Amino acid sequence: MALLELEGIETYYGRVRALNGISLSVDTGEVVALIGSNGAGKTTTLRTISGLQHPARGSISFAGQVITGVSAARRVGLGIGQSPEGRRLFGRMSVLDNLVLGSYTRRDRAGIQRDMDRVFELFPRLKERSGQISGTLSGGEQQMLAIGRALMSQPKILMLDEPSLGLAPILQETIFSIIAEINGQGTPILLVEQNALKALEVADRAYVLETGTIVKEGTGEELLHSEDVAKAYLGM
Amino acid sequence: MIRLRNVTRDRNQLVYLILIVGVLLFPVLAGFVSPGDSGNYLLGQAADAGVYVLLAIGLNVVVGFAGLLDLGYAAFFAIGAYTYALLASGQLNSSPLHHAIHLPFWILLFVAVIVAATAGVILGAPTLRLRGDYLAIVTLGFGEIVPKLFLNLSQWTSGVNGVSALDYPSLPIWIEGPWVGSSLSIVRGFSFAFNSMAYYWLMAILVLIVVILVSNLQRSRLGRAWGAVREDELAADAMGINTVTTKLLAFSIGAATSGFAGVFYGSKLSLVSPENFSFVVSVTILVMVVLGGMGNIPGVIVGALAIYYVLFNVLTNLPANAKGIANAVGLGFLNRPAAGGWPGLEQEVQRLNFLIFGLILISIMLLRPQGLLPSRVRKEELEKGVAE
Repeated sequence: MALLELEGIETYYGRVRALNGISLSVDTGEVVALIGSNGAGKTTTLRTISGLQHPARGSISFAGQVITGVSAARRVGLGIGQSPEGRRLFGRMSVLDNLVLGSYTRRDRAGIQRDMDRVFELFPRLKERSGQISGTLSGGEQQMLAIGRALMSQPKILMLDEPSLGLAPILQETIFSIIAEINGQGTPILLVEQNALKALEVADRAYVLETGTIVKEGTGEELLHSEDVAKAYLGM
Repeated sequence: MIRLRNVTRDRNQLVYLILIVGVLLFPVLAGFVSPGDSGNYLLGQAADAGVYVLLAIGLNVVVGFAGLLDLGYAAFFAIGAYTYALLASGQLNSSPLHHAIHLPFWILLFVAVIVAATAGVILGAPTLRLRGDYLAIVTLGFGEIVPKLFLNLSQWTSGVNGVSALDYPSLPIWIEGPWVGSSLSIVRGFSFAFNSMAYYWLMAILVLIVVILVSNLQRSRLGRAWGAVREDELAADAMGINTVTTKLLAFSIGAATSGFAGVFYGSKLSLVSPENFSFVVSVTILVMVVLGGMGNIPGVIVGALAIYYVLFNVLTNLPANAKGIANAVGLGFLNRPAAGGWPGLEQEVQRLNFLIFGLILISIMLLRPQGLLPSRVRKEELEKGVAE
């Protein structure tokens, strides 16, 4: 059984159906990408998994436990960490305070310190700026902080929503190589991206969403070379 | 940036030091300034100011720490005061209960805290899902309902007449000395009645306890959660913070503090009536918090003292002072009523009192929009324009 499994998820915003029976899974060690155009339901899928949005139908199970009815706050404790859409940093707090809040659900001081060191090792920039107010960081640094903050909850799965959004190409490269590095250290990643090409390069597997439905799935490699994906999302 | 934080911290320590020295020296100074009553009146005023300090610290938890706008905070103050009034007076004798209850002040401090905190939870549980303006409106309604309730439950509360002849706190032993104008002696079975000095020290101790408790909360895990909820509720959710519980705790801790204040207030005045808890009280406390420096405890204390001083000292004495000054500088004719409806300077200043108060508030906000002693976060926001 996979680490994270969605079965026939239907999510509504009011009366508008955003997700139309999504089933997907993420296994230990994987990087899984969700790609698709604007409004396809990528972010809604993440919000449903993290509990910020509740599905009308379907079930979510995580680490062998059904979590469909579990609150968003408790899901973090269970090991679902995320960097939400738009980063949502605590803009008036320092970098350090943001990271400390990331570890809110934990009480093991030594472990928190270890993870703090690990985040600073991944993002040396954050260490230099640990006292700086996070709202004054550059876009790339803010993204690093959002990922670092998510890592502080010691996630069993890390969900990233558009980590490359609004970043210069060179910074996008950095972010994607860090995603690969985090995955290499053993954390499975569910990645939502507009930049389909980059996402498919780094992903083991990927799902293609269209208007709330999964229309295609396969390994990153397969989708990268599939003709209709190339046409629709890679601009080739 | 780290430097900035230390500046804030050092400044706060300095302010605390000044406040502590001030509190210790005040009785002596008051005795010097008005030897006639050995400073009794001033000490009483200081103790009353302490009530507002407590209220401001409590509201600061709700508004400053958790970022929830509460416009009906006086309701919890009323609940605390009425808890004391009903359980420490002859009042319930004339109620359907037909039996007076006289519980000691010290026990009622805790009872009122629990009652007010419970009221906070009862109000908060259904309403804290609301945000910003909507929450403000609901709390506004609550602030109106509670005094009305005490007004209309007249068989229990004597309605508009209020509850009077409340018990005074007492102590088994109190040490008198030269500082109250008597020789050093130990008084047994000491009652606080009309002894401003006793109330003054009681208030100083209450404020000290509350400041220590609330400062610790601010630095605790809960304090961090409040900060996160204030900054971005969705992000707080995504960090695993139970936002509803976090906000409820802010509400009930704020309410508990004002319950404390209410008991003290009732016991000192020995009279509690519904009109003491009007909307103006809620607004005054909010002004103290905002002007003092939202989220920063020493700032809020200074704000409360400053506004209290302006409201109950400067403004109340202003008409008489204006008259005196006019006479002294040879403008005595201003004091006589004149044609054209001029009522005389004293009357005129009396009429303009709240206009002057408004002007003072506006000038402070123009000169120090971040408050007198802002918290680091507020300062950051205003100076660098960093928001969401």
